[in-house]
Amino acid sequence: MTESSTRKVTDVTCPFCGSLCDDIEVDVENNQIKTVYNACTIGTTKFMTANEADQRFTKPMIRKDGVLVPISWDKAIEEAAKILRKADRPLLYGFSSTSTEAQNYGFQIAEELGAVLDQTASVCHGPSVVAIQDTGYSGATLGEIKSRANVIVYWGSNPSAAHPRHMSRYSMFVRGFFRDKGAKDRTLIVVDPRNTDAAKLADYYIPVEQGKDYELVAAMRAALRGVDIPATVAGIPKEKILEVLEIMKKAYFGVLFFGMGLTQTFGRHRNIDIAINLVRELNSVSKWIISPMRGHYNVTGAGTVWSWQTGYPFAIDFARGYPRYNPGEYAANDVLRNGEADAALIVASDPGAHFPAVSVKHLAKIPLIAVDCHQTPTTELANLVLPASIVGIETEGTAYRMDHVPIHLRKVRDAPGECLSDVEILKRIFNKVKELPA
Amino acid sequence: MKANLISGRTIQQGRAIEGYKHTDEYTRAAGIVEIDPEDMKKLKIYTGTVVKVSTEFGSVNVRAVLSSNYPHPGLIFIPMGPWANAIINTDTTSVGMPAFKGVPSVLKPVPEEKVLSATELMRNLKK
Repeated sequence: MTESSTRKVTDVTCPFCGSLCDDIEVDVENNQIKTVYNACTIGTTKFMTANEADQRFTKPMIRKDGVLVPISWDKAIEEAAKILRKADRPLLYGFSSTSTEAQNYGFQIAEELGAVLDQTASVCHGPSVVAIQDTGYSGATLGEIKSRANVIVYWGSNPSAAHPRHMSRYSMFVRGFFRDKGAKDRTLIVVDPRNTDAAKLADYYIPVEQGKDYELVAAMRAALRGVDIPATVAGIPKEKILEVLEIMKKAYFGVLFFGMGLTQTFGRHRNIDIAINLVRELNSVSKWIISPMRGHYNVTGAGTVWSWQTGYPFAIDFARGYPRYNPGEYAANDVLRNGEADAALIVASDPGAHFPAVSVKHLAKIPLIAVDCHQTPTTELANLVLPASIVGIETEGTAYRMDHVPIHLRKVRDAPGECLSDVEILKRIFNKVKELPA
Repeated sequence: MKANLISGRTIQQGRAIEGYKHTDEYTRAAGIVEIDPEDMKKLKIYTGTVVKVSTEFGSVNVRAVLSSNYPHPGLIFIPMGPWANAIINTDTTSVGMPAFKGVPSVLKPVPEEKVLSATELMRNLKK
């Protein structure tokens, strides 16, 4: 009789959000994930649903008469390469939930094809990147924040929903080198139109009027310079604004974390631009940094890898044989909404679920190749599904945390069925595309 | 009832996207609209009532849920996903980003109607 042995894997890095928690431990038995320690509920779910059952694609699939049927890897790769070569304006999109090694191949394929190359930042922190390009920023690693920060601001960001362990590991509750009393050494300020779970924990909750963050930051900048501000700005009374500003001015080390409340609302990159300038100006009286709450575990990697390879982080067009950058023209939603893209390779992302309907309608019309592990709205639209192993669970890789710290992701178990890693899939597509005439 | 629509993350939506997008769990997590308690009273509905949320860009049926993030009268929240994306503003204002937050909308209870699954929403977009 064989003993079933439970293997405990330590120093596991969770492949869910930009917090990239690297203190996870996983019990594996007979190649099944049995128990996950230390991860939040979302990270735990990601590990547990790796176990196949009916959730995973384990063979390449092609759509015949409306239904997905299995085909061989060789046929699938050939079909993918033909679709991409035939297209006049193929779109390569996604790449945030995979390794830097795979993101590299994404760039190579796009360059070879003269394609449009974009990643999920274009619907997340793309505006933040644009603002940073315009005005720079003062940042720090999460380690510095954990050790030093005593005033923590979450502006237009709800970590309790999207980065569940962020406050426990990096900002508010963790004991830091100079903040050894944890939350007792720190002040939490939350700015949000809703009284979220994060807001409920705050020492100061600012119920900013939705879409009026720019005005509020502008008022703070003015008050910082000693200029008088109106009785109410963005729904917040002047007294409250000045009270919170005093806390920020007196910080030993302050951090402004921010999220979609600034990037997805009216003003987009200008909201981040003005927030960066407020933080810059606070440095005249204190020490402040600003830090975007990057959503996916390696969206920072996509921007980083493509920036060093092409000079640009997202919304890149290779149609002229060299990279050109123009968010608003070459972002995925732009080329889909305008009806320009005539084929799509979607890697490690789900635009079917997360793009506006007008873009999804267009995705439904064009040949779509999806590299994914689970059934998603995107795979529902796909003509070809290439089953991937999960980085950080079934294949190793490098990812960049939200603060640009690169962390290695381990392999915890073998991938199911015929799954290949994103790197292997993209490498095969790249080689096949090169074989076909342009 | 008129309201300002925003979309974003929730813990339940975060769990559902990790392998459950083809199931009811996703519909329960993201096919909902969180409404302020005072607004719920005005609409005379309960958690579970199907409502139609309409904007300039389309309309979608979702289940009403009493918001735990009140007070936010006049503001409604649909978790990110294909239900919210059926009706949000597609204009990227020259920076590539659609308006996922801050879309004027109108709510109407439609208790006799259904909430579609994500798969059904995709099938409709294929037509």
